[in-house]
Amino acid sequence: MSDIIRRDPRAEWIARNRLHPLHAAMQPEQHSWMGPNGIIRKNVHGMGFIGPNGIKRIDRSGAQQGGATKRTAAVQVQLPLHQVPAPAFYINVVPDMVGGRLSSHDRDLLGLARQLAGSDGAVLAVVFGEHKESAFDTAGVDRLLVLDGREFDGYSPEQRVHGLRAVDNQFSPRHWLLPDSRSGGGELGRRFAASLKERPATRVWQIKGSECIGRAGAGREDLARALPRLILAAVECADPVSDTRHEVLPVELSTALARSLPRIEDLGAVAVDPGAIPMAEAEFIFSGGNGVKDWELFHQTAAALGATEGASRVAVDDGFMARDRQVGASGIWVTARVYVAVGISGAIQHLQGIGACDKVVAINLDPGCDMIKRADLSVIGDSGEILRALIAAVQAHRNGAKRDAA
Amino acid sequence: MTTHVISLVSIGAHPTSGRPRRAEQDARAVELGLQLAGDNLQVLHAGDIAEPTLRAYLGMGLAQLHVLEQPAGADALPVLGDYLQDAGAQVVLTGSQAETGEGSGMLPFLLAEHLGWPLIVGLAQVESIDSGVAHVLQALPRGQRRRLKVRLPFVATVDNAGPKPRQSAYGPAQRGVLQEHDVQVVDDELFTGAVLQPAKPRPKRLKVIKAKSGADRMKAATAKASGGGGQVLKGLGPEAGAEAILKLLIEEGVVR
Repeated sequence: MSDIIRRDPRAEWIARNRLHPLHAAMQPEQHSWMGPNGIIRKNVHGMGFIGPNGIKRIDRSGAQQGGATKRTAAVQVQLPLHQVPAPAFYINVVPDMVGGRLSSHDRDLLGLARQLAGSDGAVLAVVFGEHKESAFDTAGVDRLLVLDGREFDGYSPEQRVHGLRAVDNQFSPRHWLLPDSRSGGGELGRRFAASLKERPATRVWQIKGSECIGRAGAGREDLARALPRLILAAVECADPVSDTRHEVLPVELSTALARSLPRIEDLGAVAVDPGAIPMAEAEFIFSGGNGVKDWELFHQTAAALGATEGASRVAVDDGFMARDRQVGASGIWVTARVYVAVGISGAIQHLQGIGACDKVVAINLDPGCDMIKRADLSVIGDSGEILRALIAAVQAHRNGAKRDAA
Repeated sequence: MTTHVISLVSIGAHPTSGRPRRAEQDARAVELGLQLAGDNLQVLHAGDIAEPTLRAYLGMGLAQLHVLEQPAGADALPVLGDYLQDAGAQVVLTGSQAETGEGSGMLPFLLAEHLGWPLIVGLAQVESIDSGVAHVLQALPRGQRRRLKVRLPFVATVDNAGPKPRQSAYGPAQRGVLQEHDVQVVDDELFTGAVLQPAKPRPKRLKVIKAKSGADRMKAATAKASGGGGQVLKGLGPEAGAEAILKLLIEEGVVR
């Protein structure tokens, strides 16, 4: 059924016809009646109907008929589809895909690629390994090339440069765009440029026609130059695509990639003390508030998960956590990818502090609190029991992984 | 056996005053080199030998500093590449980008390509060097570290996650020797087509609200940030709730 609000002439006719068997059911909801003490009671919420633009209307002329239908007018607007059936040229983009999703830097970069592609060119995104992104179409990707394989797992810059060179040979794009970021794009772009022996434009923040401007040196100077083929763009280099949908047609490499022996071997991530990471840049924060009763258990859980600890203002004021652990408007604005809030109801100051967080998990007793509305996953229940179960589950998971490895 | 380490240094610029100083990341590269090789560290600079700021590196306790003499605006890459090819270094350390000039951060990548050596980006710590194989820690964003195994010789860049540089002392700085090497000067072709200009402040991004109706605009102006309704698990046991949370944490890759 569509969400568009329509009149139902049949229901209106039944409501007018007193002889119809469904007549009583179609009467407008009674909204004032005599209470048991002889006082007139009114139900102000039952009045009126939802108009076509989603706003409640009250018709006092007496013409309103039919039951009050509770239907919302949340119509999903379908953006126009931008198609490039036969691209005249390609603009290749290699997004960072931190955590398997497009970051805001990647979206800016795709917006820039869209500008460079115009109406004839196609934006080709090159993605290494598996991804979890489902919004390539609204981000402005016309063609998607997924380079999958064991050799691209983990840290494999040399293999990725090989992959990009193969893509370069097949598609010979007009421009290559990479994010000039610390999370991989800056390094990969420079390695690729060195292997192609082309001079890239780095830290580019503006492109005008065939000119580009990038930061130079330690940021005190700008370098204006002719637009090269290889561009490493800074954050907010352009506005992300917002008005169109794109096809995201999958393309593939025509040649198999030669595997070379990597000279740099990835031995995996090293456990760092989560307490030593500055809160503002911690990736995974486990935060406690007024609902936490057993702080010893809270610290144990944070240690078991390997998360940086945070706290709401109440927990800090009550002396359970240090002042430098406070998250929120008067504390630290965090940028964590995953934020777990235990017993935090979600004051607006706290929600501002976690505005940049990607995934929020809430553990709370109150199903109606604001944190639950913000959270991607909420568990309603007593925090003590859930934390104990969480420690047990993490230990079981780690033991299971060890047994698999052995 | 000690390793032969060469640190490359450049002249930096103070971020607000613009006065010349020792470059922050290069000083970290020198510090890391001193921790690795001690007195055997060789420090190399391509540029003007008369620059007084070079002595700030000597003040970190170096006996001498090698200078490949060339004027400002010359390309440092070919002279450094030729020198390093014959120097017999096992580890070459550099900062990740210069504080003056183009500062593209391409030099270590091009050097590694020229020499045919592997390159480590963001070296934080060298754990061990055994029989031609080094185990090193690489700095990642958000304070994370990754362990890498690489064969000698290699080039490595040091960024702000490297060890904090020691202070530069005046006495050793004046006693140290600047050793000059004559090299062929190659001009950099970049500055024929590019202009350096004082940095313009970036325009602030405007928050554009694309709302069709007044009600939508009101909502956008007043609504709290909300995820738009996530999954709510109610009435489950604590074990089921904990399982669901753990599943999300593993999916996001924060619990390993």
